[in-house]
Amino acid sequence: MTFVLRRLGSAVPVVLGITLVAFLLIHAIPGDPAAVILFGANASPEQIAALRTQLGLDRSLPTQYLDFLGQLLHGDLGTSYLTSNSVAHELLSRAPSTILLAVSAIVVAVVVGVPLGLVAGSRPGSVLDRLARGISFLGVAIPYFFLALLLVLLLSVRLGWLPAIDDGTPKGLILPAVSLGWGYAAILTRLVRGRIIEEYRSEYVRSARARGCGEGRVLLAHALRNSAIPAITTIGLQFGNILTGAAITEVIFGRAGLGSFLATSISNKNIPVVQGAIVVIGIGYVLINLVVDLVVGAVDPRTRLAGAR
Amino acid sequence: MTVPLLGTARPAGRARGGLGRVVPVVLVVLVLVLLLAPGLLSRTGPVDTTDAFLSPPSAEHWFGTDQLGRDVFSRTVFGARPVLLASLLGVLVAVVAGVALGVLAGAAPRWLNAVLMRAVDVLLALPVLLIALILIATAGSGVRSIVIALGVAFTPGFARVVEASVRRLRTAEYVQAAHVFGSTGLRTAVRHLLPNLMTEVVVLASSAVGWAVLTASTLSFLGLGVQLPQPDWGSDLAAGATSLATSWWLATFPGLAVTITILLANFTGDQLMSALDPRDGLRLRQSMPRLLGRRPAGPAEPGRSTGPVTTNRDGAVG
Repeated sequence: MTFVLRRLGSAVPVVLGITLVAFLLIHAIPGDPAAVILFGANASPEQIAALRTQLGLDRSLPTQYLDFLGQLLHGDLGTSYLTSNSVAHELLSRAPSTILLAVSAIVVAVVVGVPLGLVAGSRPGSVLDRLARGISFLGVAIPYFFLALLLVLLLSVRLGWLPAIDDGTPKGLILPAVSLGWGYAAILTRLVRGRIIEEYRSEYVRSARARGCGEGRVLLAHALRNSAIPAITTIGLQFGNILTGAAITEVIFGRAGLGSFLATSISNKNIPVVQGAIVVIGIGYVLINLVVDLVVGAVDPRTRLAGAR
Repeated sequence: MTVPLLGTARPAGRARGGLGRVVPVVLVVLVLVLLLAPGLLSRTGPVDTTDAFLSPPSAEHWFGTDQLGRDVFSRTVFGARPVLLASLLGVLVAVVAGVALGVLAGAAPRWLNAVLMRAVDVLLALPVLLIALILIATAGSGVRSIVIALGVAFTPGFARVVEASVRRLRTAEYVQAAHVFGSTGLRTAVRHLLPNLMTEVVVLASSAVGWAVLTASTLSFLGLGVQLPQPDWGSDLAAGATSLATSWWLATFPGLAVTITILLANFTGDQLMSALDPRDGLRLRQSMPRLLGRRPAGPAEPGRSTGPVTTNRDGAVG
C-alpha cells in the first residue's frame, strides 16, 4: 500500500509541471494572444483590450495559472479560438481514431516483436537469430513515414491488396498500424532477445531444466514470463511517442484524428487546443506509466523494494 | 582518473574484424564531406535544372530527375547537410545541457535535486515530437529551431543518466577521499566525477544520433525544416510522396538515405559501445529508446548486481 501511495505521490508534481508548461505556452508564443485571435479582423486596441479582459490575460500570472488549474479540475480545457467549441469536446471527438491506431500499432509490435525476440534469444548465433537481428536493426532504422510510403507503393499501388487511403474499414487500418508498429516491434525484439539470453544463464532456468522441464516450457513458462516485465514497461514508456507517431501516420494516410487537428492548430496558433493536447497527452502518459508500475509491482514484489525511498 | 568504475576491458576471445575499424573512419570522412563539401560528390547542384523531366534512374542521372529536371542524386547528396547538421548539433546541445544539469542535480542538496529532477520528469512525460512541435510553433521553422528542439527534447535523457551516476559515485572511496582533502562539491564533480561519466555519455550520445536523425527528418517531412527549393531529405521525401505511383524514385532515394544514415549511426553506436564498455554498454543502449523522451524504468528495473551496492535517495538502483 505504501508503494501505491509513494508512486501516486511522485506523479503529482509531474502532473502539476505539465499543466504549468501548458499554461506558460500561451505567454511563450510571440505576440499578444488576444491580437492573435483577432488577427485579420483589423481589431482596434479597444477590442484587443476587451478580449484581454474577457480571457483574463490582464490579471497576474499566478492568478491566471490558478484559474487555469481550476478549470482543468472541472474538465474544462478552454475554448478553441477558431470554432468556439470546447477544446475538451474537440479533442475527445477525434481521440478514439488516434487511440485505435496507437493500440493497433502496439498489437503489431507485440505480435511481431515478442516471438521474434524469443526465437532469436533462445538460439543466439543461429540463422534465425541473425535474421531476426537483421530485421530489427532495419526496423529501428527505417522511419515509419518512409515505411508507410513503401508499403503503399508495394501493397496498394502495385498489388492493389490494401487501400492506400484509410477509409475507416478494418482493412484500411492494416497499413497504418504496420508502418507505425514496425519500429516498436524492432525495439521489442532487441529487448526480449537480450532478456531471454540473460534469463537462460540464470539459476532458475538451470534448475528448471534439471527438474526435467522441456525446452518449450522453460522458454514460455519461465524465461518469457520474466522478460515480460521490461517489455510491458517499455511499451508504457513509449506510449507518448506511439501517440505522436500515430498522429503523423494519420496525416500520411488521410485518416481523420488528432494528428491533422493538432498540426493545423499549431500552425494557426490555436493555443487552447495545443494546451489541451499537452495536458491530455502528458497526463495520459503519467497515468499509463502509473498503471504499468502498479501492475508490475503487483506481479513482481521485488520492484516495490527497488522503488523504496 | 583510472578508477575502474566501468569495465573497459574488451571481452576476451571476441574477434573484432576489420570492418569495425574501417567503417567508422570511412563514415567520419563521408560525414565531413557531406557537411563541408557535398560538391565533391555531385557534379550538378541541387537546384540546377536539366531538360530531362521526371526521367527514371539512368547512367546519366543515377537517381533520376524530378518534375523540374533537377537531379535527385544531387539533391540527396546536398540534402544530407540540414539533417546531419541539425541532428549532430542537437545531440551536442543535449549532451552539454544534460551533463551540466545531471552533475548539478547529482551534487546538489536534496531539495534542489528534487526540484531539478521533477522538472526533468515533466519534460520526459512529453513526447519528443510534441516538444519539438511546440518549440517550432513558438520559434518558427528552420534548422536552428530543430537544433533547439532536439536539444531540449533529448536533454532530460542525459540528465537522468548522469544524475544517477553522480549519485552512485558520490559514495565511491576516491570521491570521499577528495572530499576529505578539502575538494569542494563543484570541483569534485568536474575533476573527479565527470571523467568517469564520459563513457556512459559517449555511448548514450552515439545512440541519440540515430534518434535525432529520425526526429529531424520527421520534422522536415512535416515541412518544418529547410524551405523548398533547398534540398532536404525529409521535405524531398514528402514532395516525392505525392507522385509515388508514377515516379517511385523521387521519394525512395531520400527515404533510403535517411534509413541508411540511421542504420550507420546505430552500427557505429554498437561498435563504440562494445569498444568502450562491453558490460554496461548493452544495458545503456537498450535503455536508450526509453530514455529519449521517457524516464528510465526505475521501479521496474531489477537492481544491477554489478558495482557498489548503494541506495540513492531517489531509489532508482544503479
